[in-house]
Amino acid sequence: MLVLEKNAMTEEIELLVVKFGKSRSSLLPILQDIQRSHKHIPDFAQQEVARLLDIHPVEVYSVISFYSFLNSNAKGRNIVRLCQTITCDMAGKENVAKAIERELGIKFGETTKDNKFTLEYVNCLGMCDQGPALLINERVFPKVTPEKAVQILSEVK
Amino acid sequence: MENKDNLRAPVSQKSLTVEKPTDLTTIGGTITVEINEKKVSVPLGTTILEACKIAGISIPTLCNHEDLCVAGVCRICVVEVEGMRTLQASCAYPITAPMKIKTSTPMVRKARRNIIDLLLSEHYGECYSCFRNGKCELQALAKEYGVDSYPYGHVDKPKYEVDNSSYSVIRDMSKCILCKRCVRTCIDLQEVGVLEAIDRGDKTHISTFLDKPLADVICINCGQCINRCPTAALRANDPSDEIWAAIDDPTKHVVIQTAPSPRAAIGEEFGLGAGHSMTRELNTALKRIGFDKVFDTNFTADLTIIEEGTELILRLYKALVKKESIALPQLTSCSPGWVKFLEHYYPEYIDNLSSAKSPQQMFGALIKTFYAKKAGIDPKDVVSVALMPCSAKKFECNRPEMNSSGYKDVDYGLTTREMARMIKEAGINLPEMPKGDFDNPFGEASGAGLIFGATGGVMEAALRSVVEFVLGVKVEDVFANANIIPLRGFEGVKYVEIPLGEKMGPVPDILKHLVPNWDWLKGVTLKVAVAHGTANAKKVMDNIKAGGKFSECHFVELMACPGGCIGGGGQPIPTTPEIRKKRAEAIYAEDESLTLRKSHENPHVVQIYEEFLTEGPCGHLSHKLLHTHYTKRGRYIA
Repeated sequence: MLVLEKNAMTEEIELLVVKFGKSRSSLLPILQDIQRSHKHIPDFAQQEVARLLDIHPVEVYSVISFYSFLNSNAKGRNIVRLCQTITCDMAGKENVAKAIERELGIKFGETTKDNKFTLEYVNCLGMCDQGPALLINERVFPKVTPEKAVQILSEVK
Repeated sequence: MENKDNLRAPVSQKSLTVEKPTDLTTIGGTITVEINEKKVSVPLGTTILEACKIAGISIPTLCNHEDLCVAGVCRICVVEVEGMRTLQASCAYPITAPMKIKTSTPMVRKARRNIIDLLLSEHYGECYSCFRNGKCELQALAKEYGVDSYPYGHVDKPKYEVDNSSYSVIRDMSKCILCKRCVRTCIDLQEVGVLEAIDRGDKTHISTFLDKPLADVICINCGQCINRCPTAALRANDPSDEIWAAIDDPTKHVVIQTAPSPRAAIGEEFGLGAGHSMTRELNTALKRIGFDKVFDTNFTADLTIIEEGTELILRLYKALVKKESIALPQLTSCSPGWVKFLEHYYPEYIDNLSSAKSPQQMFGALIKTFYAKKAGIDPKDVVSVALMPCSAKKFECNRPEMNSSGYKDVDYGLTTREMARMIKEAGINLPEMPKGDFDNPFGEASGAGLIFGATGGVMEAALRSVVEFVLGVKVEDVFANANIIPLRGFEGVKYVEIPLGEKMGPVPDILKHLVPNWDWLKGVTLKVAVAHGTANAKKVMDNIKAGGKFSECHFVELMACPGGCIGGGGQPIPTTPEIRKKRAEAIYAEDESLTLRKSHENPHVVQIYEEFLTEGPCGHLSHKLLHTHYTKRGRYIA
């Protein structure tokens, strides 16, 4: 990270600490905000959060590693998540998965070469009555079919 | 009610703790419970585990440790509580109402056995080649509960690679049972924060920031995690093979220096209770193993007092008389764990650290210069070993700047545990050894050097000398029997003020070239503080940073380990508050039995300033051999 980027990051986290309060319980909302704006939580940001909340970097990393929706390594610009739980599976998740893999040319857990998409599985999105469910960034798409999935992906910028 | 600030619990848990009444005569202060049909009265808020201990009923534990906060993660201590559907973890259940507890019902026994079986199914148990063989808490439990098969399987290949990047601490996570004692030690007890549980569910493992090797994160090498690990997932970096090789090599002259704390504790490894001093038996044992010379680190502890004391006097002189801006309070630098802690977290206070080396490194430099010359041995053939209660000493002797003799000053740091194993390997039963003496030219050391091992000891040793230097009176006239009691004991932070008064003594010869007289100290009140454990050190440093009471101190003693060196990370396992107390008592008792109890009266110290360090304390040669510099490391992990 460049010094300028570091300074900007520190400033951003300082504002977040003011916004959510300087206590251990602010850790998750702060991390979620960083995740939203940067798509990942860089090493430096983790250490700054730790410093400003007066906890240890490893505690921040521990929390990030616990939650699937927080990550310390950079991913693609758009994160495509397909529900892999039993109801979505029975509603035809497998065909949707194949269609997405073919369309993007990557397997689950990988990122496209142009860095546009990262493909992942998730566990229950709470859409069991409308499966298979697909989550792209923060938007949920219910009752996805292979054709519909390709259509949705083509509309993502 | 007891003070919650002093509770050994993380901030997030403090609000959940049940307050214990300090006065048990208050109504409702005590509760009578029935454990296995035996009635016991316990204070409100006592855990079931503590109540069972009071009733003399043993309960197996794994994640529970007296130094640490409650975790309740291993569940091995489950008991049946009447009226409750499920079993309760006795370590995490505070008693707030009368209840009936059963500790050995079929349900409890079955659950415990199941838990052990499950732990064994994840634990890479290669017991023969394990350093904890015979001392492993999991192994002991498996024996106690008669494990004769592995119903859930057993690991036959290590799951993780061993992390041996650090000079001091080796992590073998295949043996980890996730009790999180190390996590609580590192985060709550020491406030260093290296280890935490990473990932989730069956992928959970204990690791460092971004899973980096231990050498690359902010580990201060204190080894407290090793002392609390129930298995061998954490161990010290053992150099005994290299030391045996040096002993067996006839061209090498192998010398060992022994620190004060291992002597007070090594007996525990040979089945003696805590608090048996083995100083002179150890000397004989070391000779029989094959060490050519056995020296006493207390000698350089005495030298440290002279060097560090002189440095303090010079700092005060510069600040009070010459009105120069000089870094005060002076902070001790004997504890390598503490030094690294400061380098990481308070790099702006590096100038406050005494530039005097730790006794181990002073001795290393002297052995390969003064001693080698005197004995007519080429320093390159000298192998210098240090028996220390400490794992951070292994890191310290590998610091790149520690080569002022022209060679690596100290070749190997050896812990008490490793030494005990070497002695056993040589077929020696330490307690039966005849008594032997230390070797010359450093044959004698003072009690002041000896008490370095306990928290407050460095300060007490320093004050014994400073009082005599400055006031020109016997320290016994100021403090009864030369025991400075306010500096002793295990309170986290101790603070003492000593008014120097108006009557000053003459400047002793050894300091005459540095200060003309003591008039400038008239009416000054000497303020000193003592802290042990880096969590307490952090409190003192934050107070200094904020300009509080401790920023006005002149001299502060800080030790990385709880209890000082006697509770060091290289000491026998287990180390508990009670054991630390007994080890400290052994050290103070030995000090009191000596006639030589002040560093500046040590004839060998006087001799070395006459023969070798002729420019006196803090002179040119002392600066080259006995002083060092530090590195601003900072808190960021690259």
